[in-house]
Amino acid sequence: MLEPLQEPFMQRALAEVVLIGVAGGALGCWVVFYGLSYAAESLAHSLFPGLVLAAIAGAPLLLGATPAVVVAALAIALGARVVGVSREAAVAVVVTTMFGLGVLLALSPQSPPGVEALLFGDPFGVTDADLAAAAALAALVLLSLGLLHGRLLVVGFDRGAARALGVSPALADAALLVLLAAATVVAVQGLGNLLVVAVFVGPAAAARQLADRMLPTMLIATLVAVLAGVAGLYLSYSAGTAGGASVALAIVAVYLLSLPLGRWFAAHRSATPSAEATIA
Amino acid sequence: MQDRLLIEASDLAAGYDGTPAISGITFSLRSGQRLALLGSNGGGKTTLLRAVLGELRVFGGTLRVSAACGTVPQTERSRLDYPVSALDVATMGALAALPWWRRPGRREREAAGRALERVGLGSLAGETFGRLSGGQRQRVLIARALVRDAGVLLLDEPFSGLDRPSGERLEALIGELTSEGRGVVIATHDLEQARACDLVLCIAGRQIACGPPDEVLADVGVLEATYGGAIVELPGGGGRAILPPHHHHH
Ligand SMILES: Nc1ncnc2c1ncn2[C@@H]1O[C@H](COP(=O)(O)OP(=O)(O)O)[C@@H](O)[C@H]1O
Ligand SMILES: [Mg+2]
Repeated sequence: MLEPLQEPFMQRALAEVVLIGVAGGALGCWVVFYGLSYAAESLAHSLFPGLVLAAIAGAPLLLGATPAVVVAALAIALGARVVGVSREAAVAVVVTTMFGLGVLLALSPQSPPGVEALLFGDPFGVTDADLAAAAALAALVLLSLGLLHGRLLVVGFDRGAARALGVSPALADAALLVLLAAATVVAVQGLGNLLVVAVFVGPAAAARQLADRMLPTMLIATLVAVLAGVAGLYLSYSAGTAGGASVALAIVAVYLLSLPLGRWFAAHRSATPSAEATIA
Repeated sequence: MQDRLLIEASDLAAGYDGTPAISGITFSLRSGQRLALLGSNGGGKTTLLRAVLGELRVFGGTLRVSAACGTVPQTERSRLDYPVSALDVATMGALAALPWWRRPGRREREAAGRALERVGLGSLAGETFGRLSGGQRQRVLIARALVRDAGVLLLDEPFSGLDRPSGERLEALIGELTSEGRGVVIATHDLEQARACDLVLCIAGRQIACGPPDEVLADVGVLEATYGGAIVELPGGGGRAILPPHHHHH
């Protein structure tokens, strides 16, 4: 059990999945409650050309991912302003274009081997610099979520009344999307382009079954994401399966497990009308 | 608070995506007044309330709202599966008074607790919002408006779907709120209730009439224009009633 921990690459991989779990689990709850799962997936796919360019240049993936996210976000914002184009259509066009561009780049002769790691993730390949950047971004995500908690709660609950309560829905959306972009950039290294959305949606969907206040939901989602990440790494280490896919698989397994647990929890809850303290 | 002008609309037009859903709306609401908003389904009652809330763009005319607004929406726009307690919802009313980096703390939660006591829900503060009854949820939202110290309450068909005791309880609460000098706008289909208000505003896409109930409701032409003719005279001088669109005589 402890033996793999001797390996520096395993230590870094563990640190990476913990960071991913912390940034992705908590934020994922807002992604799910705001109905942003599709946006999360789109953002991740839009990163692809940036990742490929970084790989070709031998630069840290973060350096490629960050400008790609900004370009995609701007393109979506501008695209949705064109008369007759819905936001959804704008997202679809931008994402397909960006992803296609990434594939073209990946198939070019300059492309280094191992591009599939960009698609499916390689938690065992993270460097210390990657980790430091991921840690900084994860801290930013957590700090922002802490500061904005009350406001995010209002907008998610009743968007129409938010303005009258002194909260701008547009600002809450924008803040959430920026944080989502930051967390995606962190997580894409470990989970890859195609699987990264799992860490936002899976743990949050599981936690939602198990808690009926916001903070406990976020706490459980974070725990689920971290534990599934660690379990996935061990699976990958011992069975030789792909790292990113193993983590994604573990997340899905926890989600499936949460369904019967959630039913039990709901039944138990309605049997004891709560006088429980509230913390959300 | 005495006799303050809370809302002033003049030839207001508002709506969605460039096309106004309501136009020519002119009225004013002063502190302590109760205004009934009458109109058939699709007449624009909810649209007007959303415009007052600042949720919709104003296409024409002017709208001045000089008090904080509290709102009790018509349908459950707020999500019932949302993981919040009644106390959490009431506490949302405290945000506007806090700088953006501050979260509501103990003081705010205590204020929210007192507001819930006031609407008779002190014992249910810890209950999940989505598990409360419809009438209880409305009172939680009123508590939230009290925490916000809203000068205006916008209630969108608050009596639809309430049983009689809940309706009476809400009625009494509304009476208390206006006697404190708050203004209340009630979108309703109930002419009896409109009669008990200080002002009646009839809309059917555009404004049909606005004024004291004994003037506006006495005019059959106004009611017909508002409801498209589906008015019946109650026997024995009992006044007039509106037939809901799906209702048929047998
Ligand atoms: N979100 C919306 N987008 C576009 N049109 C809307 C929207 N909501 C309502 N409308 C239109 O505005 C008009 C007034 O609707 P509404 O204000 O809901 O009426 P009421 O509340 O009196 O039943 C209707 O024609 C309706 O179709
Ligand atoms: Mg309505």
